[in-house]
Formats: sequence, C-alpha cells, structure tokens
Amino acid sequence: MKILRCPMNGPRNIQEFQYLGPVRHAPDPEAASDAEWAAYIFHAENRPGVITEWWRHTASNYVFLAERNIVTNTVVRTFDAWEMEQMR
Amino acid sequence: MPLSLLKYGLRRTYPVTGDIAATPDLKPHYDVGIIGGGGHGLACAHYLSSRHGIGSVAVLEKGYLAGGNTARNTTTIRSNYITPQSIAFYKEGVELYGEMAQELDFNVMFSQRGQLTLAHNDSTMRSFHLRAETGKFAGIRAEVVDAGDVRRLCPGLNMDEGGSLEIVGGLWHADGGTARHDAVAWGYAAQAARRGVEIHQRTEVLAIETAGGKATAVVTNRGRIACGQVLIACGGMNYDMGLKAGIEIPIRCYPLQAMVTQPVKPWLHTLVSSVSLHTYLVQSSRGEVVIGGGSDPYQLYATRSTLDMKEQLAAGAVHLFPFIGNLKILRQWAGITDMTPDYSPIMGASPLSNLWLDCGWGTWGFKATPVAGKRLAECIATGRVPDIIKPFALDRFASFSLVNEMGATAASH
Repeated sequence: MKILRCPMNGPRNIQEFQYLGPVRHAPDPEAASDAEWAAYIFHAENRPGVITEWWRHTASNYVFLAERNIVTNTVVRTFDAWEMEQMR
Repeated sequence: MPLSLLKYGLRRTYPVTGDIAATPDLKPHYDVGIIGGGGHGLACAHYLSSRHGIGSVAVLEKGYLAGGNTARNTTTIRSNYITPQSIAFYKEGVELYGEMAQELDFNVMFSQRGQLTLAHNDSTMRSFHLRAETGKFAGIRAEVVDAGDVRRLCPGLNMDEGGSLEIVGGLWHADGGTARHDAVAWGYAAQAARRGVEIHQRTEVLAIETAGGKATAVVTNRGRIACGQVLIACGGMNYDMGLKAGIEIPIRCYPLQAMVTQPVKPWLHTLVSSVSLHTYLVQSSRGEVVIGGGSDPYQLYATRSTLDMKEQLAAGAVHLFPFIGNLKILRQWAGITDMTPDYSPIMGASPLSNLWLDCGWGTWGFKATPVAGKRLAECIATGRVPDIIKPFALDRFASFSLVNEMGATAASH
C-alpha cells in the first residue's frame, strides 16, 4: 500500500486519490496560435524526474498539487493550489 | 521451412552455431543507426538488409536483446481496430505474421486461433457492430456473435447469467492470434545479423547530435558513431530519446502490468478479453495462462508490479474462468507503455530530415512488429513515407487529425 500525504487530510492510502495529470499552463485562447493550442492540448510533462501534477482526494473532493519523481515514484511534497497561485 | 527442417533432420552432424555474434566494437560510421534492440528495431534492420540492400546498420540496445516491451507484452496479434486507417495498417501486420516463419526460417509459433472480445451490456454490443462492419469493409474477419456462439467458442467461460456482468455477446475476430515474442525478435535478429547488421547490446544512447536540421551522430556509452539516418524505436524510453534529439513527442508513460499462471493442459483455444473487466487472457504454447491489462493509474517510468493491480487482474481472470482461482501465479511483471493522446502510434518523419520515429506504441506494439519494421525500413531506404503509415505522422496533432483508437483494447487506460 502506497501512502500519499494529502495537504488537508494527512497521510492516506493512495487508492483514495484520483490522478488528474501533470500541470499544464493554458495559453490565452484569444492570442494563442493553432500550434500553441495543439501543444497545450496534446503535450503533457513526461520528463524522467520530478514533475508537478494535480491529484484529488476522492472522499473529500479536495484537489491539490504534488511534486513527484516519475522514475522513482517518490513524492517530494504535496501542497495546496493556493501556493501555485503565489508562484505565478 | 518444412523442407529445411527435413534436411536438418537427415544431417549427420549438428554443428553448434550462434545466431547473433557477440557485440562487436563500434565503427565510427554506419548508414543507419537504430536506437532500440526490440522487435520493432530488429524487424526494421531485417527489412533494411533483406529488401533494400542496406547492411551498414547498427542496432543499439541499452540492455539485452528484446528485453524491454518485446519481452513484457501479452503477445496479442489482431487487426479489429476502430478506424479504417488503423485496420488497414494492422491487417498488413497480421498478414506478415502469417508468413513470418517462412521469411525468417525461424519457428515463431504463430497460432491464428481467433480472438473473442466479450460484451457485458448492450452499449458494448452496439460498438461491436460498428467495429465488425468497419472491419468487414476493410477486408478483415470480424463479426458480432451472440451469447450462444460465445459459449460454443469458449466453453468453460462463466456467462454470469442474471449477474451484473452477464455476457450478452462478443466480437469474434477469426484473424486474431498469438506468437512467441522472443522468437519474433530472435528470428529478425538472426536474419539481420546474417546480412551484416551489427547488434550492439549494453550500448546506451546518451545523446543525439544534430546540425542543420539533421541528426549527425549518436553518442553512446561505448563511443560516438556518425549515422546517415537514425530510427528511434526504444519503447518506453521514446519520449526521453525524442528529447535528446530536441523533439517533444506527445507521450505519457504508464506501466502496464501482466502475469502468468503455472502451466496447465490446453483448454483455452481462443484469445479472450473483456473491456468491462480490463482483463485479457491467452494460453501460451507452454500451457501458462497469460493475464494482462492493468495500467497503473498514474504516470511512471517503472517496471515494478503492485499488489492492487495484480489483485484487479486476478479478480477479472477468476470471474471469467473461476477455476483459475486454483492456479498459482508463476511470474508477474510490468512494462513502460508510451501512451499517445489518441491511442495510435507515431510513425514516420520527424522535424529532423534524417531521423525517423517508431514511437507511441503504448499497449498495442507487438502485433505491429513486422509491419512497422517493414514500413519504416521503406521510409529510411527511400526517404518517402508510405501511404499506409501517413495517418500516423507526428504532425497529425498540430492539424487535429487524430486517429482515435481509445476503446479498441481491453487494457485499463
């Protein structure tokens, strides 16, 4: 059993979570070219190493972020989306 | 094949010959560098040397021959896809499997025993009707069968009458089959090696040098080689290899898990899969029941198994054939699948004029081993992309002309 630390509910069985995929930064729909829009839709982060991704704790319907190494499957940290806003 | 077997049997002596030479020293230059020594790369090397007279080929394999996804797939061969483009392509693949043993003078144990996909509800039946008619139009054998036919085709199957997973019918694909995965890779490797193709095992590609819109050289842990042309065909590491050449391929990696039971007498005479249970089964020539279909729920470059996925696979298999509950699991494993947004491969040209892609093979690569090898050899030899693989070009994403095959498999992705 793998444990994921939910920023709100603490450490929980990973089966309680839903994976929502890597963070993608949406381009401005008005200004983006077709190529930029296609890249936004079809390309997702897949570099071997640490990536930032969305997760949802299903039971509490709480969506948050995790930094996880997709080679070793170790979670570096999990944090609230508010922090992402601060970083932008 | 039968004649050479007879000649072999009547020989007085049986000298021991190695099919594949021990890894030679790297030369400074090759006409073609193939990154990835799995089925696809070896098939391409075979066709380059046999059909196009190109023998200056180096196959670069990080580990050992065919030890990646060629060794980890569940050996399903079929062509009952959804779109006409895919059906035409995979149909050629199935046909090439039919003549492979002759072509390679190697017994690949191709067994065209038919594949049965089960429907547990009416909506699945409706999608099967569409697939069957599209398939018939494209010239493959695919038909919708009712519950009675399913029982006749596959005795011993739990029909779950009155249950929540009652089998109401199926998609019967008489062209479907299976083959010995190692034999396919070894057969191609032996043929290619006989014609001068060099197979470099334990040779990891560290970098791809580019200049002026071309790939110029490949840097490996055993030295640098200049290549006239380069093919990327390295399964789960395709995305990473693309980055080394400065190309971002729309791929996300997920492990796909499978397992086999201890061997039992032959009893399962078709390939069976269930879309609802995300389980597919085939009994190998050794009698082992190969059970596949569990994709991990999150991106990962790992080949470990997990208990929850194995439990899910086992539950599906035991539901379909309850006696499997008495069998022991012999081996379990996972492979890194390079999943594309439309569940179709990415083949052909890349932004670099002499670098070719054989990527995005996700959970559907084994059946395409011969056809992908043959068609990419054609690309490399002629510089032109054959019509049959044009729909699978990398630039289809920029023009939103996807080849959607989601739902054409029972794997849980």
